[in-house]
Amino acid sequence: MIQALEKLLSPLWPEPLRLVLFVVGMVLFVALNAMYLVWVERKGAGRFQRRPGPTEVGPAGLLQPVADGIKLMSKQLIVPAGVDSTLFRIAPLLVMAPVLMSLAVIPFGQDLAARNINAGLLMIFALGSINVMALMLGGWSSRNKYAIISAARVVSQNVAYEIPMLLVVITMAMVTGTLNLNEIVRQQSGPFWHWNLFRLGLNPLMPVTFLIFYICMLAETNRAPFDMAEAESELVAGAYTEYAGMGFGVFFMAEYANIVLGCSLATVLFLGGWQSPIGRLPGLVWFLLKMYFLVFSVVWVRWTFPRTQFYGLLNLSWKLLIPLSLFTLILSSAMLKILRAL
Amino acid sequence: MKQALKEIFTGFYSLLVGLWITLRQFFRPTVTVHYPRQTLRIPPRFRGHIELVRHPATGQPICFACKLCKRACPSDCITVEGAKVQGARKRSVTTYKLDFTRCSLCGACVEACREGAIRFSREYNLAGWSKDEFILDLFKRLETEAQATVDAQAPNRGAAMMKSEVPPAQPAEPARAGKPKAATELAAAGKNGGGNS
Amino acid sequence: MNAQASISPSPAAGPPKETFVLNLGPQHPATHGVLRVKMTMDGEYLVRAEPVCGYVHRMQEKMGENRTYAQYLPNTSRIDYLSAMNYTHAFVGAVERAARIQVPPRAEYIRVITSELNRISSHLVWWGAFLLDLGGFTPLLYAFDDREKILDLLEGITGSRLTYCYYRFGGVCNDVDEVFLKGARQFVAHMRPRLKMYRQLVTENIILRKRLVGIGPISPELCRQYGATGPVLRGSGVAYDVRKAEPYGAYPEFDFDIPTFPEGDSMARYLVRMEEMAQSLRIIEQGLAKLPAGPVRAEKLPRVLKLPAGDYCYAVEAARGRFLVRIVSDRKEIPYRVKLRTPCLSNLSLFEEASRGLLLPDALALLGSLDLVIPDIDR
Repeated sequence: MIQALEKLLSPLWPEPLRLVLFVVGMVLFVALNAMYLVWVERKGAGRFQRRPGPTEVGPAGLLQPVADGIKLMSKQLIVPAGVDSTLFRIAPLLVMAPVLMSLAVIPFGQDLAARNINAGLLMIFALGSINVMALMLGGWSSRNKYAIISAARVVSQNVAYEIPMLLVVITMAMVTGTLNLNEIVRQQSGPFWHWNLFRLGLNPLMPVTFLIFYICMLAETNRAPFDMAEAESELVAGAYTEYAGMGFGVFFMAEYANIVLGCSLATVLFLGGWQSPIGRLPGLVWFLLKMYFLVFSVVWVRWTFPRTQFYGLLNLSWKLLIPLSLFTLILSSAMLKILRAL
Repeated sequence: MKQALKEIFTGFYSLLVGLWITLRQFFRPTVTVHYPRQTLRIPPRFRGHIELVRHPATGQPICFACKLCKRACPSDCITVEGAKVQGARKRSVTTYKLDFTRCSLCGACVEACREGAIRFSREYNLAGWSKDEFILDLFKRLETEAQATVDAQAPNRGAAMMKSEVPPAQPAEPARAGKPKAATELAAAGKNGGGNS
Repeated sequence: MNAQASISPSPAAGPPKETFVLNLGPQHPATHGVLRVKMTMDGEYLVRAEPVCGYVHRMQEKMGENRTYAQYLPNTSRIDYLSAMNYTHAFVGAVERAARIQVPPRAEYIRVITSELNRISSHLVWWGAFLLDLGGFTPLLYAFDDREKILDLLEGITGSRLTYCYYRFGGVCNDVDEVFLKGARQFVAHMRPRLKMYRQLVTENIILRKRLVGIGPISPELCRQYGATGPVLRGSGVAYDVRKAEPYGAYPEFDFDIPTFPEGDSMARYLVRMEEMAQSLRIIEQGLAKLPAGPVRAEKLPRVLKLPAGDYCYAVEAARGRFLVRIVSDRKEIPYRVKLRTPCLSNLSLFEEASRGLLLPDALALLGSLDLVIPDIDR
């Protein structure tokens, strides 16, 4: 369908128009996801706890995010006196922008990537680090002891978990031989045992690699059990304490957008992206199915486990995940050498 | 070293067990009672605010304002006044006010009353717009509503599944296949069996 | 951030640390009730934690001097509302001891059964709230689901769900019925697999173990210095339970164990309470099986009690520790003095010493494992 549209519009400027359409589509996708992932989370939390979740607003509570959005937008944007006003106002924007940009390179289906960049994987991780800085700015500029403690924790947590994540991604890049996300997905075509998750010939510890990536993704997005930043019972709301109204709303939405980004990346790298195992439905449907399954598992993990301690979190990263990911890296490079020699 | 490795495996296994348990709970029905669309079963001995009791024969309130309940109340909630009607042997109550904003539902008044003139109602659905609405005028309530008799097991609204406290008529028999159970046992089982996971 | 000089006065402490004061204010999700903890922190470490209580002072002891003995009964339920039956038992027991009222055996058994049911429901609330503090939101709702069953059972016989005014001097207010007995048996059968589920879901969870094992150690000497009782004491290895040490009511006729764990860390206190729930189920089972027939109230009691002059005490094992009621009477219908020795105040007092040098999340885990109910501290 996209190709038909492109053919229609090709006498005009193909590239800018296509980009505009994609940008609009992506922003809509992120916004809808952020809103309705809140609904999924609340309903999921309810069902795990044997209670209904939101049911009043709209059928099965489907209009609850709309009501929440209206509520947040109608609140006054309080900027407390004494905060660093530029940083305070920029922080929510800085959290939201990198996610939108990173989603431009993810292939949602065959030919459904906004930009096919050869170093797509690199771009996503380059942008991902801005997230950390934005939370730090938000906490620091709030001039609130709780917020500052939380911001400090977030920085150390994110830095600690970026390392195993990057090592895992380097492993995958080595195994697939490219940083181009479209190419990575194309290599996984065929029945589901061709997915990277099951290609044990390239890396015998592939499921462990996937697990490390998943855990790092949870830690990077500050989700339970690694949600020290917003540990409600200790620090009230952590880095977001001083934000009111839509400022808080943007942080909230950005968290869900980050989860979508993380799960999309996991799908592309490990679960075959838009490749269909039975060759029937269009690629976009499969991509969304796999991605939302991972999102459901993120919600599931959140509502099952208690929070780790701060130093437990760091111990896990530095003492377990980094050695393990280094080991998988060396192992897969050894396997590649052996395979090339054969 | 070996201890740490073992801990990794047992720890990971414990996480998987936890995930399995919550997933099982996910597919079970909710235990919430969707109040006010569904109502709760109010047991017979529920302590709502007190109410005056009518004499079954005369239809008049039993209370004759001896003020024992007023003396027994720890929170000074009760205001009782009575007067002797012409030609009657005893006083009868003319005012009975309960300050429900102070009442702690302790039951001292109900116990103190020697005649059984007051009892607990089963009102739980109380809402009002101002504090004054909770200075309950029980005498007026008695007059305006058609009250039940002295029988404390009168059905109340919101209690469609109310059963009485009758103990099972026969002792519990060992269950034999195909033998139908007694109706009272079924009723008692149905009352308590619902909602268990 | 305010930079203050270090609190420790000793000159050999090294260079002064830059500390700041963080208020775990009276309004906070982690303090179960209105407790203020003034924490002097050095980064993430606690230098000194000073609990400030008194925000919920309701003058319960003063009210005892203005009400007759029967009029004081609703107050007893409200001192620690989660463990109301046990507290009423203490007061009623003190008056009975003073006036030498004989309680019929059926009433004693009913008292034990309802007290143990109350203990289970109190521990379920503690468990859910403790895990909520630690970040696991789901077990709270599973615990409350089970607690609903207990509350429905007790509502059937007493009429109230939380602040039961059920015990009277010389027995209980009214008899239990078949509905209650059948429901209690079903509850015991239902609860055992649930405890197993809780063990698998939470107790054996590696994240929880990392959070609790070795955290917040409390030695038996510290407990003795501050007078801590209950699961705090039993989690430090001292097997002291009022039900065995100073037996009261019908407890001598029951067969149960006192769970004690020697480690003294938060995990030990956690396990003590989980085991106590299992033991309470045992007691309830025995009580239901052996429930004697007979009256539930002593007859021929004066309308208004006047105790002989003197000093009378009665101690019970409440869910949180040893609760003692001391009544001083001067032969009037209103007591001269009602002294309530509540367990949570003693348990809280050792928080200051036990939390020195801990990290903030560990200190909060310790606070949660002490199982405090703030109205119990402030009375």
